[in-house]
Amino acid sequence: MKRYWRSLRCFWGTSLAAELEYPLNAAIEFVSVLGNLAGSLFVLQLLFAGGPSLGGWSWSGALVVLGLYTLLDGFTTCVLQPNLSRIVSHVQTGTLDYVLLKPIDSQFWLSARTVSPWGLPAVAAGLGLIGWALAQGGPEAAAGLRSLGAVLLPLALLLAALAILYSLWFVLAALSIWFVKVWNATEVLRYTLVAGRYPVSAYPPALRLLFTFVLPVAFLTTVPAEALLGRGSALWAIGSLLVAALCLAGSRLLWRFAQRSYTSASS
Amino acid sequence: MAGPIIRASGLSKTYRISEKQPGLAGTIQHLLRRRHRDVLAVDGISFTIEPGEIVGFLGPNGAGKTTTLKMLTGLIHPSGGELEVAGHEPFRRQARFLRQITLVMGNRQQLIWDLPALDSLRVNAAVYGIEEAEARRRIAELAEMLELGPELQRPLRKLSLGQRMKAELLAALLHRPSVLFLDEPTLGLDVNAQARVRDFLADYNRRTGATVLLTSHYMGDITALCPRVLLIHQGQLFHDGSLADLTQRLAPCRQVRLELSDLQPTEAFACFGVIEAHQGHQVRLLVPRAQLTERVAVLLERFAVVDLEVSDPPIEELIGGLFRQRGEASVTGGVP
Repeated sequence: MKRYWRSLRCFWGTSLAAELEYPLNAAIEFVSVLGNLAGSLFVLQLLFAGGPSLGGWSWSGALVVLGLYTLLDGFTTCVLQPNLSRIVSHVQTGTLDYVLLKPIDSQFWLSARTVSPWGLPAVAAGLGLIGWALAQGGPEAAAGLRSLGAVLLPLALLLAALAILYSLWFVLAALSIWFVKVWNATEVLRYTLVAGRYPVSAYPPALRLLFTFVLPVAFLTTVPAEALLGRGSALWAIGSLLVAALCLAGSRLLWRFAQRSYTSASS
Repeated sequence: MAGPIIRASGLSKTYRISEKQPGLAGTIQHLLRRRHRDVLAVDGISFTIEPGEIVGFLGPNGAGKTTTLKMLTGLIHPSGGELEVAGHEPFRRQARFLRQITLVMGNRQQLIWDLPALDSLRVNAAVYGIEEAEARRRIAELAEMLELGPELQRPLRKLSLGQRMKAELLAALLHRPSVLFLDEPTLGLDVNAQARVRDFLADYNRRTGATVLLTSHYMGDITALCPRVLLIHQGQLFHDGSLADLTQRLAPCRQVRLELSDLQPTEAFACFGVIEAHQGHQVRLLVPRAQLTERVAVLLERFAVVDLEVSDPPIEELIGGLFRQRGEASVTGGVP
């Protein structure tokens, strides 16, 4: 465990140093986050123009969902995209060989080898938006945060959301072992998950089913947001943790299977 | 460890590859109905390698060298046969096995492009669980052997190809592996850089007793480093022994070059062997090994010889000739 922790510190230390070789990226990412957030808020305002509630969600509740989405998007930029996009290039160029020959779990290496600071503005914006929305909604908006247990539940559900999101990305990236060029699929996933910007109940019934049982968008933002607002149900919470565990186990199994199929790039 | 460090018995690998006709129609047909074909890349080869040996692995492109190397490192699963490396079954890729081996590929790098090599070395030290003080000591030792100094502190992208390869070797050897798999480690390097890498590998082998299995496009690497070669062709082992034995096997004649003080007719040399060339005072003959001493003695007695040289034909020409005979166009170990 100590070796993994030291490796992670080295991984992230070196990748931050490498990223900071290109500081212009920071400015571009900052502007991009602000633009995205402004666009989402504008759409949300339009949706609320018809009345004070959207699918049973108040304005501040919907902002919490948007804040969680922005937070997850930042996590994607910080960790998922830089690491998992590399799986595809590792397979294409044959450098996956070096990863597989290290005496460390290859899934850990591929998932945590690098970190990009350019998602941090989105993480900060997401956290800020959640805090502001909870404050704006008054005491009942922050009803979920009255006791330690009630604070831990949203945190656990947020971790479950991160695990689900990670597993979806990893599974798609791991498919490159067989199909090599799968990067477009992860882009499609990213744009599909944009649906998580708004509460799932705001969508028509068919899409609600799709976003709950096929693409678990509901578990990414809506379920943790409900827990934050003190309206979470035990059934959804258990379901969320179960889906996260299944997704993680699925990604693990798929990777083990993928390694058996790996033929390595030709020299 | 007693006995061979590498033991391969009846090792084989079959790839299933999909076949596609050229053009758009072929692509559409391929999408709708895939056709596959089995290709036997390695066909039941057997060999053993003792600890501390340096063995050259030769063969034309597509002969099965890299596939064998990848089975030995555990990257791909053999289709048949038995394989043991350093007391382990490679494909299980247990951490204890991975700590004992290393793979260097001349055409692929593991170091981080934008950062100094030292940063990548710190990552490797952490992954292999080497304490920082010990890692620094090892880096200093290897850097001295590789004649690397301030280069380790410059971003990798600013180093020459030769310096990058030396840094790659350093990264690959930091954990002190006992078995080195080197796939074209001098690829693209100039003659001086090639020589330095060769010297380093020979020195490393002497100092540590590590076993080395080397494939190279440059015959100079093989002749300088490998007392033993494995020659693989169409997935089968064609030769396992010394380069001298291989030369004898491929060239039953030796080349005799004469410089004469007077002019002689070409027919005068016909009874000594095959006349390769005769120009003025210079004559080049191919003489069967078995009659070499006797015929050279007669040549010296019969003609006024100013200079005489007996040599083997260049090994790359012999190997190249062998594969050309067998219908191969491109030969590893041929003239670069």
